[in-house]
Amino acid sequence: MGWLFDAENWSGATGIPVRLLEHLAYTWLTLLIAAVIAVPLGAYVGHTGRGGFLIVGLTNGLRALPTMAVLILVVLWAGIGDLPVYTALVLLAIPPIMAGTYAGIRAVEPATVDAARGVGMRERAVLLQVELPNSLPLVFGGFRSAALQVVATATIAAYVGAGGLGRYVFDGLAFQEYDQMLGGAVLVAVLAVLVDLVFVGLQRLTVSPGLRPVGTGGKS
Amino acid sequence: MKRIATAVAAVMLLSACGGDPLSNGGSGQSSSDTIVVGSANFPESRLIAEIYAEALSAKGVKVTKKLNIGNRELYYKGVQDGSIDLIPEYSGVLLKHIKKDAVEVAPDEVYEALKKALPAGLIVLDKSSAEDKDAVVVTKATVAQYSLKSIEDLVPYCKDLVFGGPPEFQQRPDGLPGLKEKYKCEFKEFKALDVGGPLTVAALKDNSVQAADLFTTDVAITANEFVVLEDPKSVFAAQNVLPLINEKKASENVRSVLNAISKKLDTKTLLELNAKLSSPDKPEADKVAKEWLASAGI
Amino acid sequence: MTWIFENWDKFLELTAVHLRLAVVPVLIGLVISIPLGWVASRSRVASAVLLPLSNILYTIPSLAMIVIMPALIGSKILDEINVVIPLAIYTVALLIRGISDALRAVPGHVVAAATAMGFRPLRRFITVEFPLAVPVTIAGLRVAMVSNISMVSIGALVGLGGYGQLFIEGYQSNQDKVWAGLIATIVLALIADTLLQVAGRVLTPWVRAGR
Repeated sequence: MGWLFDAENWSGATGIPVRLLEHLAYTWLTLLIAAVIAVPLGAYVGHTGRGGFLIVGLTNGLRALPTMAVLILVVLWAGIGDLPVYTALVLLAIPPIMAGTYAGIRAVEPATVDAARGVGMRERAVLLQVELPNSLPLVFGGFRSAALQVVATATIAAYVGAGGLGRYVFDGLAFQEYDQMLGGAVLVAVLAVLVDLVFVGLQRLTVSPGLRPVGTGGKS
Repeated sequence: MKRIATAVAAVMLLSACGGDPLSNGGSGQSSSDTIVVGSANFPESRLIAEIYAEALSAKGVKVTKKLNIGNRELYYKGVQDGSIDLIPEYSGVLLKHIKKDAVEVAPDEVYEALKKALPAGLIVLDKSSAEDKDAVVVTKATVAQYSLKSIEDLVPYCKDLVFGGPPEFQQRPDGLPGLKEKYKCEFKEFKALDVGGPLTVAALKDNSVQAADLFTTDVAITANEFVVLEDPKSVFAAQNVLPLINEKKASENVRSVLNAISKKLDTKTLLELNAKLSSPDKPEADKVAKEWLASAGI
Repeated sequence: MTWIFENWDKFLELTAVHLRLAVVPVLIGLVISIPLGWVASRSRVASAVLLPLSNILYTIPSLAMIVIMPALIGSKILDEINVVIPLAIYTVALLIRGISDALRAVPGHVVAAATAMGFRPLRRFITVEFPLAVPVTIAGLRVAMVSNISMVSIGALVGLGGYGQLFIEGYQSNQDKVWAGLIATIVLALIADTLLQVAGRVLTPWVRAGR
């Protein structure tokens, strides 16, 4: 564990703060992109009830997708850079977010939805003002498990020459320095816990009291 | 953290005992008459390992293959702990791996020093004349821009250039530390890529790095008109391909098979075989190995 | 994809390794998480320790876990147990919360009825309480199985890892191999998932009967 507390590793262009920020950037942008894709899809299917089997099939299929293969294929296709990393991580983050949103919307009491329609709300308003707010706990559950997976898996980006905390894991492997490797792994775990806490906080702030959180799993 | 992990691992181990398929499930332990052939994680190493394996099993030796293990830092541990018995090696880098301060550079000197440096129980058999070195490689454009011929010419510009190579290159004596010590060349930045693989080639091509560590037998060098810089101060020592083997497994039969291969294997062959591997129809390494063995009459 | 058919023997060999590395940890993980889940459902202290711990273990990158195994347990670097233990840990992490929640949710009157019928605790657990937790356990197993099947490939970075070998070899020379490995992984995962789903239905006939 000496590696973690060596001041030398905390400075410079390859220091821990830089790698930590890179890792956070991968995580944050990945979740954002995945949300833009997965939330509307999950919400639409959840709201209309059409194509539910598609969501289930897609989430299962994507969950089985080996991140390493995606990384490699995109590198071979588009060259090195950020694109392979984001492609692989976004594909990883989509299933939990989409499943969470879909399940959340489906779980809203039909009576509540009927009531909303009854007071003359249009479909769009029913979805945005009634169904989505009511589904937030499950949506957050989806985001939390997506975030956990992305933080843990962003490590593998270093395999194709990218940065982030995975650099320490891969360099530690290359040098056979367990210290560095373990240090990197612990940092990833700590970051994952912190990111999860941020989501818990957000959830407290945005979810109406009385709705309780639930989570789904999966990791690569 | 470590203690928790140990405890958990112990619990898992205990529960894994008793009728568990792991206890005899494949890897690691090999019976005394089977040779486990390993390889590093790049195509040429895999190919030579296939050649060894193919030739040995043709002579009635039982062979198991464990290919693509990783880099020397990793697989050498596997040779030491008995996970593998035989692996193709390169004399100079292996010597530097065992003895960081080795100074020998000529093929025969390196070979003799290597024989002495190896720990008890491990031996190398005859070396082949086939050489494949790490080398500092740049693009044609870079050569023109700085009028380069050798690493020496590169020295004044090192601080402006980004260097790419496998992560382990940062620490090997015949890597960045060697370039720094012998040439006083320190690059602006090091990008950890792969072992003379597609990442390094791509990075050099698109100028993400301006100089890179590639193998001299890599077909990508001629294909992309890259230039190998000369190494007058011999950071990279002679690198003859040879078999590193567990002494206990090196029977007369095994020795004669592997020595016959080394006798036939030269640098030109290596280049041709590498070219064949990366030809458009992408033949499998074991097929290329078989073909070569047949043509070489082994 | 044609690679699979041109190299069928090698493909089968890799499939066997891949399956073994994915399935064995799930079985071990299951065997461990049932008692741990039971303990966590009974004791507040145990659940306060076990659940967060399993969450944290789950966030440790698999590659790091696989690589440090030899140093931790004294195995050789190419032993399959180096992949099996980390994946078993992830499986436990995925299962334990569900199992403990499900056991806690068994209605008190059901337990009381079983006890009144003279069931001893162990028999009561096996025949009454755990069966009620089977649907949740199967759901957890499905996630664990699918993610294990996709995670095994990481082991190829240290010379283990079934289809992962195809990724590494294909990366350096032949894109077709990467596709072959990717598609094989997904197909394997879908088959395993379907089998578990069917097993779940067979094991819990009362779920359908009740509808």
